[in-house]
Amino acid sequence: MSIENKQSARRLLKEYAYSLGMIDKGYANRTLYIDLSGNTILEKPVTQEMKDKFTGGKGFGLKYLWDAVTPATKWNDPENEIVIANGPLCGITQYPGSGKSLVVTISPLTNMPVDSNVGGYFGPFLKFSGFDALELQGKADKDVIVFIDGNKGIVRIEEAPVDAADSHVLAEQLTEMFADSEEDKRNISVVSAGSAAEHAYIGLLNFSFYDVRRKAARLKQAGRGGIGTVFRDKKIKALVVKFVGVKGNLNHPADQGTVNRTGIKLHKEIHDLDDKQNRMRKIGTANIIEIMDEYDLLPTHNYKFGRHKDTYKINSYVFQDMVTQGMADGCWFGCSMSCAKAADNFLLKSGPYKGQKVVVDGPEYENAAALGSNIGVFDPQVVMELNFYCDTYALDTISFGTMTAFIMECYENGILNKERTGGLELNFGNAEAALELIHQISRGEGFGKIAGKGVRRMKEYFVKEYGADPAFLNDIGMEQKGLEFSEYMPKESLAQQGGYGLTNKGPQHDEAWLIFMDMVNNQIPTFEDKAEALHYFPMFRTWFGLNGLCKLPWNDITPAGNKYTSEPAKIPEHVQNYVDIFSAVTGKIIDKEELIRQSERVYNFQRLFNIRMGYGKRVHDKIPYRAMGPVTVEEYESRQERYDKQLQELLGYDPVGKSTEEKMKVMRAYREDQYEKLTDAVYKRRGWTPNGVPTLEKLKDLGMDLPEVVKVVENNL
Amino acid sequence: MVIKMIQVNGKEFPWEEGLTVAELLKRKRYSYPKIIVKINGTLVEPEEYASTAVRDGDDVKAIHLLAGG
Ligand code: SF4
Repeated sequence: MSIENKQSARRLLKEYAYSLGMIDKGYANRTLYIDLSGNTILEKPVTQEMKDKFTGGKGFGLKYLWDAVTPATKWNDPENEIVIANGPLCGITQYPGSGKSLVVTISPLTNMPVDSNVGGYFGPFLKFSGFDALELQGKADKDVIVFIDGNKGIVRIEEAPVDAADSHVLAEQLTEMFADSEEDKRNISVVSAGSAAEHAYIGLLNFSFYDVRRKAARLKQAGRGGIGTVFRDKKIKALVVKFVGVKGNLNHPADQGTVNRTGIKLHKEIHDLDDKQNRMRKIGTANIIEIMDEYDLLPTHNYKFGRHKDTYKINSYVFQDMVTQGMADGCWFGCSMSCAKAADNFLLKSGPYKGQKVVVDGPEYENAAALGSNIGVFDPQVVMELNFYCDTYALDTISFGTMTAFIMECYENGILNKERTGGLELNFGNAEAALELIHQISRGEGFGKIAGKGVRRMKEYFVKEYGADPAFLNDIGMEQKGLEFSEYMPKESLAQQGGYGLTNKGPQHDEAWLIFMDMVNNQIPTFEDKAEALHYFPMFRTWFGLNGLCKLPWNDITPAGNKYTSEPAKIPEHVQNYVDIFSAVTGKIIDKEELIRQSERVYNFQRLFNIRMGYGKRVHDKIPYRAMGPVTVEEYESRQERYDKQLQELLGYDPVGKSTEEKMKVMRAYREDQYEKLTDAVYKRRGWTPNGVPTLEKLKDLGMDLPEVVKVVENNL
Repeated sequence: MVIKMIQVNGKEFPWEEGLTVAELLKRKRYSYPKIIVKINGTLVEPEEYASTAVRDGDDVKAIHLLAGG
């Protein structure tokens, strides 16, 4: 279609003109609000108080979401919002990892706020177009596209001009349609969800960036919590932003020199050390597949085991050979860590795009574990194909993998059978059945319709419809708060059990990843040590989301002198870099303590948001026993020596002559008690009551004693 | 025979004559590339793993710098 025809095919529903502004010290000082029910478009000012209390990014998103919903709001109510925010450091091009968007909404999986951190160009382009955040409320009648032209100062709501449903096609078509020329495509970013997001609760959002060398729109995912499901429920087909003229100083930092110098220091480190350390530039996060296996931490067969004899078939060197090398891939300008890997000309063997050659992004570690070992599939072709379909259909790879693993264990235990799955033989390792399942989910058909609702809903369904034992399902169903666990084995690390369980959005490891510090290094032996780590790391990591930053350049590269520092796990030099660039961009001078307090403000606000929605207390922080210890005899006996030794050393219990069942019972009582003790210690350290409610003193100390927040505390003490 | 012990990351591990840092890391299956090794508080550089002996009763720390995904 010619450009003229494309233009005329677009039907305008609403146009809004705004005056272009200038970003001042990292903030556009304005946000954009769109109500799709009435096609209302508004601008909102960003106040100093908002910046002081919420910093930006996820902080802004949660504040707007709080104001938009009531405790009764469900994910598919029109008042639910999707907020996409960037953050004050987002869009700088000098420091690696500075182009992230933060997305929040009320999740269909958890019925409370979920947040997801995503690359691609949308967040920075949104800011350069004049907005620190975009709120989307209401529901459209028909599929729509929201288009922001950041140079002309125009926002348009249009009827969706394309029929394509899946993201790899949509992103290409819309990039083509909204760009004036091939050269112009780099100025476009598209946010979309695919066909599965219309049926499943685990729908994700794809954020595109145009890869000028591949001449293809690449996709990065806001994966967790079903945000894509909400997006399609609002009948949004896509968001498109266009901005021409990206340069290094658009944020108008208070002190550009410091931003430049700090960035150069890190670029040099990455250049000199990455090949010797994590090979992020060669293979990205997949570098840890074989390491996780070696340390018995790679989830295998629904987290029963941490290791498999066939892991070598899907190790990072196999994927390194599949992804195109020699193309440094960053998901935002200036990221020399460049971990965004892709395989070109990948031939699909199943589904609606069978026979086509496509670009597949990834795989990241999480995908290889979720779509590989956890479901017992050790065929890299299949892992890549599932990865492709998850992305284009808009399914969260982590939730898809964990829930398929759960289904497979149910199948092997007779809770499911061929009749109940409509003919799918969902044993561990059945790649063909896993592929058919994903296609069924995308069409909302057959067993795929049930599966796509996630582990929590399936547990309820299997108990009700098939008379399954709820206790067993609760033990093996790896979800908490309704969200599926991400892909690490926490059984042998109490601190990581807390890192999964004592979180705001559910068991995603982005708050704390403490397995090595705890289980291998034994650096945090006491409950107080673990509690300190479960205070510090979640707060430190929350900060990336307030600022539009990527976490990876913090600790996937370490300075040569790091080992001589007193706290190497924190990477003190990099913490100082963040303090320096925040101060340099915003002009607000902070230190490393204030950095943590910025996060604490938002973290406690989010905790109280959960409580306001009826969740977020101690009872919601419990985790399934599969995350804590061996549920089945098979699991215990596979690591009998380890468990017997622990019984003896930790409990003085003599395992000799005892049955496996007896030993498992003793072990379980011990481990569950440990988790309770850890919970007590962590709540205390975070300034919460034993029931997990932030105290008024804590809020006052943080300056977060806002009337509506105080009310929630008072109602829940 | 009395088994002699060293401490590795605060936990007991059997020691035997001729044990080097390299051999110890192998036995513990510590294959991660970013490990900091200290013996009784003194840093051992990777080039010296093969030639550095671990002695009876030593306190060895093998700190893995992996803070995860
Ligand atoms: S480290 Fe990877 S994910 Fe993070 S910003 Fe850079 S390319 Fe993107």
